[in-house]
Amino acid sequence: MFKKALIVVVALALVVGFAGCRPAAEETPTVEQVLTYNVGAEPQFFDPRKATGIPEFTMLLNLFDGLMRYDIQGQLVPSMAKTYDVSDDGLVWTFHLRDANWSNGDPVTAYDFEYSWKTALAPETESEYAYQMYYIKNGAAYNSGDITDPDLVGVKALDDKTLEATLEAPTVYFTSLLTFTTYLPINKKIDMENPDWAKSADNFVSNGPFTITKWEHNHQIEMVKNENYWDADKVKLDKIIFLMVEESSTELMMFENGEIDFGNNPPLPEMDRLKSEGILTISPYLGTYYYMCNVTEPPFDNVLVRKAFAAAIDRESIVINVTKGGQLPATAFVPGGIPDAEPGREFREVGGSYFEPYEPDKAKQYLAEAGYPNGEGFPEFVLLYNTSEGHKIIAEAIQGMWKDTLGITCTLTNQEWKVYLDNRSTLNYQIARAGWIGDYTDPMTFIDMWVTDGGNNDTGWSNPDYDKFVAIAKGTGDQGVRMEAMHNAEDILMDEMPIIPIYFYTNLNLIKPYLKDYYISALGYTDFKLAYIEEH
Amino acid sequence: MKKYIINRIFSMILVLLVVSSLTFFLAKAIPGGPFTKEKKVPAAILKNLEERYHFNDPLWKQYASYMGNLMKGDLGPSFRYDALTVNDIIAKGFPVSATIGFLAVLLSIILGLPAGIISAYRQNFWQDNTVMFVSLIGISVPSFILATVFMYFFGLKLKILPIAGWGGFRYMILPAITLAAYPTAYIARLTRSSMLDVLSQDYIKTARSKGLSEFKVITLHALKNAILPVVTYMGPMIAAIFTGSFIIERLFFIPGLGKYYVTAIYDRDYTVILGTTIFYAFFLVTANFIVDILYAFLDPRITYEEKK
Repeated sequence: MFKKALIVVVALALVVGFAGCRPAAEETPTVEQVLTYNVGAEPQFFDPRKATGIPEFTMLLNLFDGLMRYDIQGQLVPSMAKTYDVSDDGLVWTFHLRDANWSNGDPVTAYDFEYSWKTALAPETESEYAYQMYYIKNGAAYNSGDITDPDLVGVKALDDKTLEATLEAPTVYFTSLLTFTTYLPINKKIDMENPDWAKSADNFVSNGPFTITKWEHNHQIEMVKNENYWDADKVKLDKIIFLMVEESSTELMMFENGEIDFGNNPPLPEMDRLKSEGILTISPYLGTYYYMCNVTEPPFDNVLVRKAFAAAIDRESIVINVTKGGQLPATAFVPGGIPDAEPGREFREVGGSYFEPYEPDKAKQYLAEAGYPNGEGFPEFVLLYNTSEGHKIIAEAIQGMWKDTLGITCTLTNQEWKVYLDNRSTLNYQIARAGWIGDYTDPMTFIDMWVTDGGNNDTGWSNPDYDKFVAIAKGTGDQGVRMEAMHNAEDILMDEMPIIPIYFYTNLNLIKPYLKDYYISALGYTDFKLAYIEEH
Repeated sequence: MKKYIINRIFSMILVLLVVSSLTFFLAKAIPGGPFTKEKKVPAAILKNLEERYHFNDPLWKQYASYMGNLMKGDLGPSFRYDALTVNDIIAKGFPVSATIGFLAVLLSIILGLPAGIISAYRQNFWQDNTVMFVSLIGISVPSFILATVFMYFFGLKLKILPIAGWGGFRYMILPAITLAAYPTAYIARLTRSSMLDVLSQDYIKTARSKGLSEFKVITLHALKNAILPVVTYMGPMIAAIFTGSFIIERLFFIPGLGKYYVTAIYDRDYTVILGTTIFYAFFLVTANFIVDILYAFLDPRITYEEKK
């Protein structure tokens, strides 16, 4: 089964990746190179060290250039770094920076990087994503205030063009982490002179393909090509307008009217029409939609009960009839699209499926073994989800499947987002809807959240063997050993099922066919460095 | 009159004080906070954030400090938007909302009053039936449906007006009409009923028997009395419309103040919840105050002098 799903993922990746890989357009494009992108929300933080949301990531990754960058084929390539070396033990990474300038003309130096990383980790910066830098030696200790001397943090500029990073443990996916916004450089001089530089367009200085020219809060942000960018010759768009249209029906109308070239939020009720008209672009997204169980209380403290409820969900039916956005039935927790140790193979391909998308007979069997044959005597329980039409229709479908297969009727409860989050983290629920989007392209971003007392482990589940495998994977640079340990960990997770995977997310976009050479990352953001608008 | 005004100002301050205090404690009572996130904020960072914003201080202390800043006109920072303070949000959003609001109020008076007068004057004729039917639609059709229909028809199909956005008079037309629909209909119905009331009174008959033209009877004699209920309605209506509508600004993609009333609560953006609520309350009590003063000019029987 999983093979079929994989084929779809690969096909999607090919369609998206190669959509624009044709030879570049003629040198003097006659169409106005202005892109209107609906980013959908005003940034919370526009300082890359503090950014947290996908809208911010998209805007910041077009404004800045990190040591590494993904090209439009999804290959990780050095960008601000020209080259890099890794020590034999995998702990010391040396980056050789290319000659490049900030948008204000200052040279970008290794000192800018050192300063950015250290201040991002400084507790007083209050960066919510600082944990992305805990791989750096003493990063966690400095961030939590256990040590106060920034010189102990494992990042150091050796000279203007050489940056040395020392890690806590060999981290093979460190280069993939480096594309994350927290690792982007900021201009040290500007930040020391004016700590509020990232709060308006007037003082904003960046080193990437574009630079910000106008920021109308809660309305739009305008960026123009950054002539000081080291790779400016390849940048074809003159201007990108990031709109903050929140209402999906408005976005669709503006898209259909040609006022938006790229939208993010196709309305759910229109999904069938958009698909049949070929307007909807579906691409892979590194995320899993799942239900989680409070394993500290009956009835979901019983693994057989959890397995019964998992097996009774018809995942094919959910993705085809309910979500309708090309999602894939999840028969494991880690989604596709993450490489395994062996070149060319994916983690999901190696790990395979843990169960069939729908196993009604097994479900009944598990439930009988748990002591509730045909659902008799099963206590009443509540399925919790955060208020949203999308989650509601999924919950209703699953409620029906549980009733049909297990003979058990549950009550649905929806709660406003933060009330739901609050109840989730205090284990004040029985079974609840949840979703997780990866932060970087490695299975660890899905695996390490389920360790005992992990900050995002809202199930109360704990398994010493699981913790052990995570520790093994975190402590070695050997890809073979790491991947094996993470497969072992996922085996335990899927065997004990504190969480019930439902589907793997997809990225749903409205994109005009004349837009070429953009890159939609499976982590959710979109890069327009090489994008251009074809004559139409 | 002077004494009345002073009394009113005192009671307005009292109302604002009660509103801000209630909002403060209610906002704090909602579960979750501005830093409650799906990907949890690390404990050490959370501690720093909570210390910086004094979330761990006793509630009365937080309240006292908020009220102290409020007295100085400082509504505090926004937790959701790093680049904005609450004062910024109101200073940027209010003029936008008020512009559309002004147009909508203007439209509702220009259309609503004459429609109500004609309707009353031609009671049970086709004019009356038409006005009543159209105003029933204006009152009962939700604004989001009206907005979507307008956007689809005038924007997408006819392409004579922009679908949504902000940047000049063309962008204001559809939102202003949508926003005006309900108050126009309401004013028309209100004018009609109070006009019917007035038209049957003796002094109108007297005016007519004096040989005044019907136009003069209606505009000079009848309307002057019939308009009082409309003026009463105008106070709260202006306050509500000028301070922005969540639905209309969201649908038409207008950077006004309306969205914050709702999103601030979802974000647990305490200072924005408080700031916008206090601002709205201020607008409301002021509008009501002005209406009450207007009464005295419109109806000489109403007086705020102490009875001797």
